[in-house]
Amino acid sequence: MTVLSLGKDLLGLEYLTKEQIELILDTAEPFKEVSERTIKKVPTLRGKTIVNLFFEASTRTRISFEFAEKRLSADTVNVAALGSSVQKGESLVDTARNLEAMRIDMVVMRHPSSGAAKFLAERIRSNVVNGGDGMHEHPTQGLLDMLTIRDRLGKVGGLKVCICGDILHSRVARSNVWGLLKVGADVAVCGPQSLMPGGIEELGVIVFRRIEEAIEWADVLNVLRLQLERMEAGYIPSIGEYYRVFGVTLERLERAPRELLILHPGPMNRGVEIDSRVADGPHSVILHQVTNGVAIRMAVLYLLAGGKPELAEAAKGMQEAET
Amino acid sequence: MSPSERQTLLDAPGVAGALERIVQQVVEFAGGTERLVLVGIQRRGADLAQRLAHMIAARWGTAVPLGVMDITLYRDDLQTVGPRPIVGETRLPVDLDHRCVMIVDDVLYTGRTIRAAMDQLADFGRPARIGLCVLVDRGGRELPIQADIVGTKVDAHADDMVDVLVNELDGRDAVELVKGGKT
Repeated sequence: MTVLSLGKDLLGLEYLTKEQIELILDTAEPFKEVSERTIKKVPTLRGKTIVNLFFEASTRTRISFEFAEKRLSADTVNVAALGSSVQKGESLVDTARNLEAMRIDMVVMRHPSSGAAKFLAERIRSNVVNGGDGMHEHPTQGLLDMLTIRDRLGKVGGLKVCICGDILHSRVARSNVWGLLKVGADVAVCGPQSLMPGGIEELGVIVFRRIEEAIEWADVLNVLRLQLERMEAGYIPSIGEYYRVFGVTLERLERAPRELLILHPGPMNRGVEIDSRVADGPHSVILHQVTNGVAIRMAVLYLLAGGKPELAEAAKGMQEAET
Repeated sequence: MSPSERQTLLDAPGVAGALERIVQQVVEFAGGTERLVLVGIQRRGADLAQRLAHMIAARWGTAVPLGVMDITLYRDDLQTVGPRPIVGETRLPVDLDHRCVMIVDDVLYTGRTIRAAMDQLADFGRPARIGLCVLVDRGGRELPIQADIVGTKVDAHADDMVDVLVNELDGRDAVELVKGGKT
């Protein structure tokens, strides 16, 4: 029996195997129940100190990680870039090493630069969880999306999932593409040419230019947020035109050959990428995603904390003794 | 492992007989079936709890609430073990306040599982009483914990393994002692 481990860090779904992704999804299942209890807390990470190091604004992800940490009984500290020594010009590594000198165990980091999580992970002993790095990856979002799909449709492998919107700038899109491909889903992307990374087909992804084609093909749509700065930067002509061409509207969904599941990583721009009637309608699992986010993050923290490779044999012996 | 090292402590009829005695004592312990909740420890304890629930339904005509509990998240050795043990399902169907909760497990050994189970139960409510019933008590306690109801006892050495087999998972019912089985 091989004992599966995630290793020291969670940097992206690109670096995980199918089995590791499935381990995280399966481990999230029992953690859902913890959040349904009257006392929403288990002592699993008692005595562990986790720093949430956020160099970029985030509400949902930071709160979700913090709930996950607290429900596992870890001690947490939130560091936001604003008002910290980062503003005084301290480098990322110096910040992290100073935190580590205070004997922390894990860092959850969001950073505007792609690759920042990996850079940090290679330089500190603590476990690093990527909470979003630039345009690279947002692995826990990809995982919670897959968990939500699996909850509703019973599986992920074999399903047709289309990610819609600003693929070019989206770390959510990248984590979804990697994760979904690994577990055997058929993956497509749909969005304006100007917001589509060159050569994405080479990953084994179908590209749709028209949202109608995507809706006709897919079992699941994962609708990305269109950042309004993109219009100012000239990627799209106008918000109104984007909605007319790419908006996921009720009328478009009504023409679909099958019931679609609609995901959105949030925060939503109603009337830009998604119709309010869709966001609040029966196809939408957007709030279910938020609930699952806490369970996924609990699973990741649980699996990483104390996951020392040299202890694998001990764990193996213990599991065998129990079964 | 050669078969000669295996010693049968209870065969299938032996297990059935033990469960007959256990179920009687469980109902006596709880003063009837009214307030009784059975909570099986994953995994074989969960199967045994389900058997007891069926027997109570057949004999007393009551469907007693049946829960399952995985104690992994409450283990006291999580800081020292490597890649994480798989976490199983925990599902407690009723409010435990003022109930008589009977924890059901296959083997009682160090007592650490039961310590974790009691800590977890406390996070779900405040039962009027908690009892413990096990199919085998193999000795070797590391904590001051004893079972209220015991199917059979064996004084096993630390190197031995006590193997409880249940039909649901293993295709047959038995309790076996494997000499030097814990390597």
